[in-house]
Amino acid sequence: MGAEHLSPSDAAEHVARTSYGRLLARLAASTGDVALAEDALAGALEEALRRWPARGVPDNPEGWILTVARNRQRDVWKSAAHRTGRPLEHAGDPRTDAAGPADLDLEAIGDKRLELLLVCAHPAIDPAVRSPLMLQTVLGLEAVDVARLFAVPTATMAQRLVRAKKRIRANRVPFVVPDRSVLAERLPAVLEAVYGCAAAGAREDDLAGEAQYLAVTLAALLEDEPEAWGLAALTTLALSRSRPRDAAYVPLDEQDPSTWDADLAAEGEAYLRRAASDGPPGRFVLEAAISAVHADRRRTAITDWLALRTLYEALLLVSPTLGARVAHAGVVGRLEDPAAGLALLDGIGESDFQPWHAVRAELLTRAGRTQDAAPALLRAAALSDNPRVTTYLLGRVSPSRG
Amino acid sequence: MRYTLLLHYPEGDAESLGEEALAEGQRAFAAYADALHSAGVLLAAEVLQPSSMTTTVTAVDGTLRVQDGPFADTKEQLGGTFVIDVPDLDAALHWAGQAPSVQWGVVEIRPGATHTVDGRWVPNT
Repeated sequence: MGAEHLSPSDAAEHVARTSYGRLLARLAASTGDVALAEDALAGALEEALRRWPARGVPDNPEGWILTVARNRQRDVWKSAAHRTGRPLEHAGDPRTDAAGPADLDLEAIGDKRLELLLVCAHPAIDPAVRSPLMLQTVLGLEAVDVARLFAVPTATMAQRLVRAKKRIRANRVPFVVPDRSVLAERLPAVLEAVYGCAAAGAREDDLAGEAQYLAVTLAALLEDEPEAWGLAALTTLALSRSRPRDAAYVPLDEQDPSTWDADLAAEGEAYLRRAASDGPPGRFVLEAAISAVHADRRRTAITDWLALRTLYEALLLVSPTLGARVAHAGVVGRLEDPAAGLALLDGIGESDFQPWHAVRAELLTRAGRTQDAAPALLRAAALSDNPRVTTYLLGRVSPSRG
Repeated sequence: MRYTLLLHYPEGDAESLGEEALAEGQRAFAAYADALHSAGVLLAAEVLQPSSMTTTVTAVDGTLRVQDGPFADTKEQLGGTFVIDVPDLDAALHWAGQAPSVQWGVVEIRPGATHTVDGRWVPNT
């Protein structure tokens, strides 16, 4: 894994970053207790930082951490059994989950992260806490960072996460990959939760990469699920266009393609090719294809509005969300004429949905109706939760006011 | 792992439902109990008399009070319970989804904490 060339503290951090989810999934699967596994893993990582500088980094750093974490888990289990005079209320008995040498090879024992992702998005878990739970358990994010991502007070988020973990334990939500038919039923919720991580990550530049990693991990674990690769492509292409925290907002079709990360864009396109299947494309594959049309501008220098319209029409058939309908209207307004797009917006109807007003302002401006565009820009600016977008929209009002 | 399935549904009798619907419901519940039993997961089951037959007792105010009727007057009432022993929540969900009354009410799946064996409390495992 490359950890052997690092200093002891860097090696411990390397294991924490690259193996956190795999180790936690393995530990939690044996007892059904996510919180206990988190405590044991955190303790083992602390112990590594304390002991490695003196003794040197072990040959198999991950195996070392797993063994120490398992021992800690077992100690807690023993003291709980001793204290209450009764066995832990789980079938998973950490005593039987012994760590033999072969057992310490993480590749050999298999990756339990898919099981963990399925637990996080289990139908018995509140949909609102599924994405936060994934970020914490699979990526090891602190509750404070998860709270920031979802714009919720830290104490509130911590409480939700604790409750969800208690439910998983008390109800004995199984750490298994269910059979094909049940898996097919549950996969949309898993994809939706990972997508929720990406949507939240898009608001916080330094955490956008975490959601992309989660999406790629899920796709790799499922091997040949087109929608999972579609989601991996979608998040990777979005990441290729992420901008510095302090940069001004620029609409996608006006961005300079040379500022995009070419390697990430190519990686996203490769994932999209893996999403190809015989069946009709699903929602995430179509959204990724739309994103790829924009990414293609770095080669062609023009936005292919015709391709975008075709893709949005297909998207409206499988997933006619408000966001997709508004984006489709915007594309039609650019491809045909602004009036056609505005007519579609009228058909959707006005609400507090920010993109509706932003697209309307854009099309009114393009139609030369600057008088009408001003109030739409103000409304879109007021409804935006992104200060950079608000600044951009307000900046477009002032010139016409002159 | 023991789970109790709590069946809640709007109450009806032969008069409001019709003899035929009532008989069909009874047949469905007979088949359900049979399936649970054959799978070796059924520990106990009970369908209750209507909530209008219930008597409530409480001493939360300091004195014992007896009341005619249920604690809460809601459209759906607890109508029956099934105690099952299955490996995990997915198995419990599977059986809960087969309960005939999911067609006209809700089934609550509650994991057990402790239960008695020969009068002694034993933790759910």
